[in-house]
Amino acid sequence: MRRDTTVLTRALGRTPHYVVAGGLAVIFLFPLLWNAWASVSGQPGTAQQSGYGLGNYRTLLEYDAGLWRYLLNSTVVSALTVALTLGVSLLGGYAFARFDFPGKNLLFLLTLAILMVPYATLLIPLYVLLGRLQLQNSLIGLSLVLAMFQLPFATFMMRISFEAVPRELEESALVDGCGTAGALRRVLLPAVRPGLITVGLFAFLAAWNDFIAPLILISDSEKAPLPLAVANLRQQSMGAVDYGATEAGVVVLAVPCLLLFLLLQRHYIRGFMSGALKG
Amino acid sequence: MPVKVADRATAEHATQPERRAGTPPPRWRSRKAKGLAYAAPTAVFVTVFFLLPLLLVGQMSLSDWPLLAGDRGVNAPENYTDITDSSLFWPAIRFTLLYTVIVTVVLLALALLLALLVQESRPGAGFFRTVYFLPGALGLASASLLFWGLYSPTTGPLSRILEGLGLVDDPVSFLGSPTSALWSTVFLIVWKFAGFYMLILLVGLQRIPHEVYEAARMDGASRAQIFRSITLPLLRPSLALCLLLCVTGSLLAFDQFFILTKGGPDNSTVTVVQLIYREAFQRLNLGTAAALSILVLAALLLLNTLQFRGLRRADES
Repeated sequence: MRRDTTVLTRALGRTPHYVVAGGLAVIFLFPLLWNAWASVSGQPGTAQQSGYGLGNYRTLLEYDAGLWRYLLNSTVVSALTVALTLGVSLLGGYAFARFDFPGKNLLFLLTLAILMVPYATLLIPLYVLLGRLQLQNSLIGLSLVLAMFQLPFATFMMRISFEAVPRELEESALVDGCGTAGALRRVLLPAVRPGLITVGLFAFLAAWNDFIAPLILISDSEKAPLPLAVANLRQQSMGAVDYGATEAGVVVLAVPCLLLFLLLQRHYIRGFMSGALKG
Repeated sequence: MPVKVADRATAEHATQPERRAGTPPPRWRSRKAKGLAYAAPTAVFVTVFFLLPLLLVGQMSLSDWPLLAGDRGVNAPENYTDITDSSLFWPAIRFTLLYTVIVTVVLLALALLLALLVQESRPGAGFFRTVYFLPGALGLASASLLFWGLYSPTTGPLSRILEGLGLVDDPVSFLGSPTSALWSTVFLIVWKFAGFYMLILLVGLQRIPHEVYEAARMDGASRAQIFRSITLPLLRPSLALCLLLCVTGSLLAFDQFFILTKGGPDNSTVTVVQLIYREAFQRLNLGTAAALSILVLAALLLLNTLQFRGLRRADES
């Protein structure tokens, strides 16, 4: 950008840039906006025959076990997955960053190795294994599996978060008579909070949106999380496809993710900056 | 879990009085035990939900294992010959590879364009960044369901827009032919993931020092020259990372085809992971599903090793 150009020519010079960027923005936004609009507008063959209204959402409320049931299932799975991921990776990250113990490097490598194994390869044996553990067709079993898939990213993220905390901070707490658990709770926990938010956000988005794990591990439609329920709703009425109810389902699925992303954008981006994706 | 941890800690303390010269001081040894205790949940998770299934899938692939009846003993190598003889095996591999190549090329090219568009701190750059990434916040299943409606020949807007523009005369069946189903899915994936890869590339772009650009500009380099001989080479590690993630993700494609095309029309869009699902839950044979899973794992490990090597070389240069 040369300094001597006037404001006007600079603005003109930028115009093609804004035309391209703006055109692309329209393409990226259009499907989202169209879906939101279509979910409340009238279409033949849906509960909302004409005009605008919430007919499609009413269909969703009454479908099979009901929207509230599926929302509850999804919330339980997401909350459990986030809690398990945070708990395990907080302790694990602390151990890997601050302690030496036999098998440390092996365990860390094995945790990262989860990334190298395809999702589907593990889900087939997990289906059998959860059956043996009496966790088949259970939301707890599903959450345990989803938390395992989050561990590589989460452990890496928490390890570098702990490593970034100055050792003196922890040592002064230990000198003051805190045990390592006390130091973790009182001194380190606040220091690694941003890392925890990032890990929690990724775990939530993954658990809320996961499709193939519940498809394989949950057989009872009463226990289906929302993505599975919306996909089923569409499949069951094969003769007359209810596009409207599907569009309403997409809105219910998307809104929490979009809101969380917009609110916690900074923490989301940190997941990329950390290099944890290179794991 | 906590009980086990406490046991281990007390066991450590109990051995302390017998400490001989040359062994580490007690504080150090108890720190070792504490480290183990904090890592114990990770170890349990990795063992029970990762290593055990990995062993089990190997065993299953060598056994006659119907979904409902369970383990009926070793039948190796029948599952492997069965699955490679399946009429869908080679078509699925061919289709998955074709899909991977197309998605990777289109996606990375667009992601690079987006990253270059929003890299400078022009007014509005932050807004565009957010807009391009927004589809990435959705789940893949949600996005697939959204595009399923978008592509509908009867109620979807795309067909009507094309008709309105006079580009087509009849409603377009976006998922009706093998070729259009493939490209429609590619479009969905590009829309969903372009912002994600844009972010990775942005991080890479920001690592390139400003002075390098300044120096090139002083030397009178054109924009195209700067892009070709500075931006692209220095961005190689980020591009390699994108390549790794994109190729791996595309080879394992499932949700988008399961929801959008169900493998159709005429099984033309069945991916390898979909074939695993079909073997297990439609043909009710966990043995062949496990055999195919092992083959996919082997292929992916091989590919990742090769790509990691490439990645490291890119990092060094």
